[in-house]
Amino acid sequence: MNIQCPLPIKTEEIIKLGHGSGGEMTQRLLTNYIQPIFNNSWVAQADDSATLPWAADQLVFTTDSFVISPLFFPGGNIGELAVYGTVNDLAMAGAEPKFLSCSLILEEGLPLKTLKRVLLSMASAAKTTGVSLVTGDTKVVERGKGDGIYINTSGVGVLLSNQPTDARQIQTGDLILLSGDVGRHGISVMACREGLEFESSLTSDCAPLNGAVAKLLRAGVEIHCLRDLTRGGLATALVELAESSCRGFVLEESSIPLSETVRGACEILGLDPLYVANEGRFVAFVPERFSNLAISILRNTEVGASCEYIGRVDGEARPQVILRNNLGCECLLQRLPGEQLPRIC
Amino acid sequence: MKYVDEYRQSEYIQKIATDISKITTKTWRLMEVCGGQTHAIVRNRIDQLLPDKLELVHGPGCPVCVTPLEMVDRAIAIAAMPGVIFCSFGDMLRVPGTDSNLLEIKATGADIRIIYSPLQAVQIAEQNPTKEVIFFAVGFETTATANAMAAALAKKKELNNFSMLVSQFLVTPAIEAICSAPESLVQGFLAAGHVCSVTGYECYLPLTQKFRIPIVVTGFEPLDILEGILHCVTQLEQGTYHVANQYVRAVKKAGNWHAQTLLKRVFSVSNQYWRGIGQIPQSGLVFNDEYADLDAGTKFALTAVSTPEQGLCISGDIMLGQKKPYDCPHFGKKCRPEQPLGAPMVSSEGACSAYYRYSQQEKFSEHPMSVTDKD
Repeated sequence: MNIQCPLPIKTEEIIKLGHGSGGEMTQRLLTNYIQPIFNNSWVAQADDSATLPWAADQLVFTTDSFVISPLFFPGGNIGELAVYGTVNDLAMAGAEPKFLSCSLILEEGLPLKTLKRVLLSMASAAKTTGVSLVTGDTKVVERGKGDGIYINTSGVGVLLSNQPTDARQIQTGDLILLSGDVGRHGISVMACREGLEFESSLTSDCAPLNGAVAKLLRAGVEIHCLRDLTRGGLATALVELAESSCRGFVLEESSIPLSETVRGACEILGLDPLYVANEGRFVAFVPERFSNLAISILRNTEVGASCEYIGRVDGEARPQVILRNNLGCECLLQRLPGEQLPRIC
Repeated sequence: MKYVDEYRQSEYIQKIATDISKITTKTWRLMEVCGGQTHAIVRNRIDQLLPDKLELVHGPGCPVCVTPLEMVDRAIAIAAMPGVIFCSFGDMLRVPGTDSNLLEIKATGADIRIIYSPLQAVQIAEQNPTKEVIFFAVGFETTATANAMAAALAKKKELNNFSMLVSQFLVTPAIEAICSAPESLVQGFLAAGHVCSVTGYECYLPLTQKFRIPIVVTGFEPLDILEGILHCVTQLEQGTYHVANQYVRAVKKAGNWHAQTLLKRVFSVSNQYWRGIGQIPQSGLVFNDEYADLDAGTKFALTAVSTPEQGLCISGDIMLGQKKPYDCPHFGKKCRPEQPLGAPMVSSEGACSAYYRYSQQEKFSEHPMSVTDKD
């Protein structure tokens, strides 16, 4: 007897442990997904390393790992974060990002279509930022031992200017330019994860910053220091810079851009927006003589449309960050002991 | 932002601050009862706008701070049990128990979830019928109302895998206890606006008469707080004492009838131990007989957990208005937000945490807000 099923049973294609075995399944993942999607000559060679052209004397190198739940959130996803995050770290060193690696740690059971969406986002983000994803690795962990996808990207770039942009260059009198409103990423991911709803839609600020930085540097703006605002938000980034530059910063609270939705959400949840995460915002320390040029250039970029000067480096102050509120009163900004926790009432 | 910006406008605030300075001729010590007010005062540095003669001391109105150590240990013991999902508001997670805290237990594998509303815990119980879901119901009258809603909903849905570890406090008996203490230095109260939105303020009328002390129901924005102070100082300077309501946009004299009815339906008043302060008669809310089966304390037979309070933290003196965080020898040294000796350094509404977070380091030793400095 020959029994045939009239319709093939369609099982959703998912990641299996075999995809990380190094055998045939790994090969198929590479040739069917990663190579065509990342689409460049280095990844096509499928070697363990990529040999890259390099003309400059110096190379800027960084690495970052990305873990986020949910993988997709309003305004972005883990793939975009993984490209923009590393690109932004290079941009903050005053470098033009060139090449990225991509290591994936996948959880058994992850739908392949989810992986494909993430990889397509990475490819599109790479194109936007002018980098190539040239080498990588894939491992698979047992179901329940990962959060769907973890991504590590490392990146290299070339310096755009001979002038270093780090905390040691910060000088008394420098103005602190913030590229846009703060807290969108943290609040929109939290809202998505916890099912909180707001009257107006809120999206993450997840964005590449290399374009805006390149415009500033190429126009001859002297930038003493750049820092992107990620975990810990604006306050933590500035506290770190004050400590490593041994200088005091004085901020005007009223000049820090903040969307009404983020402000409202923070009021309700008892969070301080200055400590909420961002993924597409940075601060630049600019000498006063370049302040008009810098803000006019940054305002004309997509990521810097709502940029503002929020404070200055004060020669008198101790290496700490003082926030002056609209009552003229001053308070000290410090690191948080750990994660910000929503309060009871 | 509507209902917020109006109360943070500099010109009005400066005007009220000037009015306060004008009328203050003597030294007065006022207590803001609620931790939310303490946070707003320190966050906005309202103390910098007040005359030197006026001193604000910080009351016991932070439910995280007054939850007894024993209750935290009970929470940790339940959360560590297998087959349990333990739900809590975020700021309870770092509160130190005797040996550990909820965050540490979470890191070792306990299923502990931060929730934003007690109703979320009921939902989690519905979605996980094979697990025991426990909600750490901490709070004053305001939060207790939401806790009561969760209890009523769980009862209606006949969920037998849901229970609540209750640590609830009533504010009025605490104010009475502070007034009654012979060593009390407090001369006027800014009562907690949110609590009064539930309770109303009739309950304060006998207190003002008995202790000859002004009580002003006060909101949480800078302008609210300054207006509350102005009301209070005006009475003190005139030698009068009555209940005034600054927070008229949220508080009615009789309070919220629906909330009060719900509280009475689910909870009954009991004696309650306040961390750092001690037993205050008739100052707690526990399940009444009809809802007793929702009590996680009895459901999980935790009678073995009994913890004496530890010695180093002076939170009781701080919450009774007798000391300031700067008066504590461990403040900022042995006791910091990342290694707190007591709850006031943990909760964002705790006085010590607020001082640590927003005050300038160099002022720690010579801070103008210190009680002992003035004395």
